[in-house]
Amino acid sequence: MSEPTIDRARLHPVTARHVVQRLAAILLLVYLVGVLAGCGSGRPSAQGDEGASEQAIQNKGSDTLVNLALAWAEAYMALHPDVRISVTGGGSGTGIAAMINGTVDMANASRRMKPEEIEAARRNGITPVEFVVARDAIAVVVNPSNPVDRLTLQQISDIYTGKVTNWRRVGGEDRPIVLLSRESNSGTYVYFLENVIRLGREDSNLLFSPDTLLMPSSEGISAEIRQNPNAIGYDGLGYVTHDQKMVAVARDADGPYVMPAVETVDDGSYPISRQLYVYTAGEPSGQVGTYLAWVLGDGQSLVSELGFVPLR
Amino acid sequence: MRTQRDRSFSALRSRWSEFVVETIVRVLGFSTIGFVTLIFVFLLREGLPIFLEIPPGDLLRTRWYPTFGLFGVMPLLLGSVLVTLTAMAVALPLGVATAVFVREVAPTWARNILKPMIEVLAGIPSVVLGFLGMTVVTPLVSTVLDVPTGLTALSGAVILAYMALPTIISVAEDALDAVPTSYRDAALAMGATQWQTIWRVVVPAARSGMVTAVMLGMGRAIGETMAVMMVTGNAARMPLSADSLLRPVRTMTATIAAEMGEVAQGSTHYHALFAIGIILFALAFLINLVAASAMFKRRPRGGLR
Repeated sequence: MSEPTIDRARLHPVTARHVVQRLAAILLLVYLVGVLAGCGSGRPSAQGDEGASEQAIQNKGSDTLVNLALAWAEAYMALHPDVRISVTGGGSGTGIAAMINGTVDMANASRRMKPEEIEAARRNGITPVEFVVARDAIAVVVNPSNPVDRLTLQQISDIYTGKVTNWRRVGGEDRPIVLLSRESNSGTYVYFLENVIRLGREDSNLLFSPDTLLMPSSEGISAEIRQNPNAIGYDGLGYVTHDQKMVAVARDADGPYVMPAVETVDDGSYPISRQLYVYTAGEPSGQVGTYLAWVLGDGQSLVSELGFVPLR
Repeated sequence: MRTQRDRSFSALRSRWSEFVVETIVRVLGFSTIGFVTLIFVFLLREGLPIFLEIPPGDLLRTRWYPTFGLFGVMPLLLGSVLVTLTAMAVALPLGVATAVFVREVAPTWARNILKPMIEVLAGIPSVVLGFLGMTVVTPLVSTVLDVPTGLTALSGAVILAYMALPTIISVAEDALDAVPTSYRDAALAMGATQWQTIWRVVVPAARSGMVTAVMLGMGRAIGETMAVMMVTGNAARMPLSADSLLRPVRTMTATIAAEMGEVAQGSTHYHALFAIGIILFALAFLINLVAASAMFKRRPRGGLR
C-alpha cells in the first residue's frame, strides 16, 4: 500500500516542473507569435486592399441613410456581381470623419459637411465632393396614448429647449415631458437643432435642454417612445414604426398642420424636410463613379420604398 | 556512476530552464508596466492639447455641448461619481452579506453551488446586463417609483451594482478566509453566538480586506460603459438636485463611447474626449491606490475594539 504513495510523491514534483516548463515554452511561443503578428499586421491587410481596391467600395455614415444605402448596395451588387460594396452606419459625423481620415470612399450624411470638416479633409489632401442622393422628412413622434396630435415649430422648439415641461401647456394631459434625441454625432441632431429648435435663425444660440436624453440609436428612441407616455422624439420618416404616433406640424399657429409624407415633402408643405447627402473623397471615378451615377438614376426607384422622398 | 552523472546533468538542465522561465516571467511582468506607461503617455499626448485650445476653466463649466464648442465636463464627472457611489451603496451590503453567508454560514453543498454561480455572474457580458436593464429594470423603475422616465441614474447604479458584486464577493470572501480560526474559536468559547462572532469579530478583523473589495468593485463600476450607456439616458445635466438619482444622467465613459466614433482626429472635441480619459484614468488610479494601501496595511492583530 505504501509503495505507490511514495512513488506518486516522487513523481509529482517532476511532472509539475515539466508542466511549468511546457507552459513557459507555450507562453514564449504565444508572445513571439503576437509580436511577429503585430509587426507584420500592416502588410497583409494592405495587400488585401490592393488586390480588391478595384472592386470594393467602402460606404459609411448616417444611420438615417444606412438602410437606404444597404438597399442600394444590394440591388447594385445583384446587377454587378463583380462589385463589392460594404455599408456601415454610425452617424453622419462618423462617416465624414472616416472619409477625412481616408478609410472610406463614400460618406453618407444627413447634414452638410461643416466648414471645419472640409478644412480638415483639405489638410489630409482630400477634396470632398457633395451629392444630394435623396430627401427626407423628420417626423416628430409621441407615444400612441398621448392625445397631442399637432404642434407648431415654435411649440416644438419651446419643448426641446426646456421652456415647456408639461404636456398640458401644448394641449395634452398633465404629464411631464421627457425629451428624446439622437446622439450629437447624428446629422439629424444637428439638422433638428438648426432648423427646429433655432427655427432656422442664424443668430439664435438656443440649445437642446440639458435634460434631453441622448439615445445611441433610432431603435433606442422608438423603444422609449413605445413604452413611455411622457416621451417626445424625432427621427427620419423611414424609421417611424407603426407603434409610434406622428404629430402634424405647422410653421406657425394659424398655418396648416401637415403630416409628414412623401407627398407633403414633395409639395413643400411639410416644414421639417431636408436633403440627404453622399460625400466622396475627390471627384468620383471608376467603380465609385458608376455606382453613384446609378444611385442618382435607376437607384431612385428604391428611395420611396424605404420611406424617403426621391429626388424630383 | 551513472546515477551521479544523470543527476548533475539534470541539475544543469534544471538550472538552465529555471533561468529561461525566470527571464520570461520577468519580461512579461515588466512589459505590463511598460504597457500601462505607454497608455498613460498616449492619453496625455492626445488629451493635454485641450488646455491650449480652450481656457482650462471652460472644462469646469456645467454644459457639455461638444458640437457647439461647450466642453464643460462637470455634469459628466458628477454623473459618473453619482452612479458609481450609488452602485457601491447597493453592492456593499449585498456583497458583504453574500460573502459572509458563503464563507461562514452556508453548508458545504450550498457553498459548492454558490461559488461557481458567482463566478458565472462575473462572466456575463455587460451588453447583456445592459439589455436586461433596458427591458426589465427601466420599466420597473418608472412604474414603481412613478418617475417620468425609467432611464435614470438609479437604473444605471443597480446594473453597475450587479456588475461589481462578483468582485466584491470574492475579495471579501478571501478576506474572511484570512481571519485565523482561533478568533472564531475564542469568540465562541467566550459564549458568543454565531452572529455575534461573525459581526463583532470576524468581519471587523477582515475590515481592510472589505475596503479593498469595495475599492476594486468601484474601479470596475466607474469604468463600465456599455450597460451604463444603455440605461442611464445620457442626458448631460448637472446631478445636483435632490431627485437626481431619479433623473437621467450622463457618465464620462458613455460620453467617450458615444462620441469617439464621430470626431475628426486632432479636433478640439477629440482632445476633450481624451481629457475625459485622463480624468477617468486618474480616478481609477486613485481608487486602486486606496485599495492597495488598505491591502498592505493589514492589521497585525485583529480588529477587536
